[in-house]
Amino acid sequence: MKPAPFAYHAPRTLAEAIEVLGALGHDGKILAGGQSLIPMLSMRLAAPAHLIDINAVAGLNEIAVTPEAVRVGATVRHRALERSPQAYAVLPLLRQALVNVAHPAIRNRGTTVGSIAHADAAGEMPAVAALTGAVMEVAGPGGPREISAADFFTGPLETTLAPEEILTAVRFSRFPEGTLTGFLESARRSGDYAMAGVGVAVTVKQGSIVAARASFVSVTDIPDVLDLTPVLADVSAQDLPTRWDDLRGAVREHVSPESDIHASADYRRMLAGELTCRVVTQVMTR
Amino acid sequence: MTAEHSNLAAAQGGATVIPVAVIVNGVTRGATVPARRLLSDFLRHDLRLTGTHVGCEHGVCGACTVLLDGEPVRSCLMFAVQAAGREVTTVEGCGTLAELGPVQQAFADCHGLQCGFCTPGFVTTITAYLRENPTPTEAEAREAISGNLCRCTGYQNIVKSVLRAADLIGEQS
Repeated sequence: MKPAPFAYHAPRTLAEAIEVLGALGHDGKILAGGQSLIPMLSMRLAAPAHLIDINAVAGLNEIAVTPEAVRVGATVRHRALERSPQAYAVLPLLRQALVNVAHPAIRNRGTTVGSIAHADAAGEMPAVAALTGAVMEVAGPGGPREISAADFFTGPLETTLAPEEILTAVRFSRFPEGTLTGFLESARRSGDYAMAGVGVAVTVKQGSIVAARASFVSVTDIPDVLDLTPVLADVSAQDLPTRWDDLRGAVREHVSPESDIHASADYRRMLAGELTCRVVTQVMTR
Repeated sequence: MTAEHSNLAAAQGGATVIPVAVIVNGVTRGATVPARRLLSDFLRHDLRLTGTHVGCEHGVCGACTVLLDGEPVRSCLMFAVQAAGREVTTVEGCGTLAELGPVQQAFADCHGLQCGFCTPGFVTTITAYLRENPTPTEAEAREAISGNLCRCTGYQNIVKSVLRAADLIGEQS
């Protein structure tokens, strides 16, 4: 099927974009990479009267590394962030997760910030936003504001972004020194939606774990963070197997997967626990 | 929205109609289309370049893959208006009947196609991939085509075609 007719707006400045969206509210939808939105339009799951294409808006296509964060603008493609040596140097989790986002042809077009605004619990980057404690930079008629990842996601495909607001950038917070990260998922086909996935950040001092956190893909309603510190504290790489049962237990209790034609809820729950054990091992023995 | 777009939108009862010019296979081609015209349909219907095939129309199958400024993208997942002024390479730009491009020649050599429906998307994807990685291993070749679906071949001969195309391009240079 084809998208329903719409009026097309291509603002050149953020002020103009805010003005157009502010006047339209619920009738307007922001178009960035479009790799989730355009399929929804083509399937007529969505039919906004107006599309506001922000690809030509100046100043949104930048990746900046600061002492605290990696700041990613709204029109930065997944592929650009994946390939940024500066971003990888300070926050390797970004690339570790991004290579799992669909296929290169999709990553060449799709935007990281757009996937977070879309807030699909089967998306990798919302989980990364949660795990890094990212800060959302929002612009709207009422002026700019910031939302923490913990206050941003409210349900599947739902956020606290107002209809007349634009997510202009996301600041992925850098981890404390000594933090190792990893990302692992399992899908039926390479690049397809994960049946389950997990990102971890493990902080190590003198060979022992002092803090560990995880975020999940496709097995929680909203991307949130599971604190694994109680389960993994004081463990060294070689003693990890002594904690497997506790780790699997903690993950299985945290996640709430649903069954579909690809995998049952039980299978996804098992996968989430197993993937977490594997990725923690990967991270600790790298 | 520019004033021009606003006027056109008003004339169409809200749906914007826009003159779009895209550099397709090195030649600037244009048509006036509704904003909702997908790039895939713009190529096929408006420019009559029917080499680009439309399969699933939601980004999964890869048949409609074209190169946008040299990078593979799904032409069903962007609007024609978004490609205005950009360079698009379709399968027609990857060689001619008289002189097949290296990837097309490799598909012919290795029986990399049967019905051929998916082939244009493979050819564009592999053309871009081999520019980045001119000497892939078999495993890398397999991964490189993982975003394109083929229902005939079972992929074995397409993997061979990727490796053969790499050899052909290597011989040329």
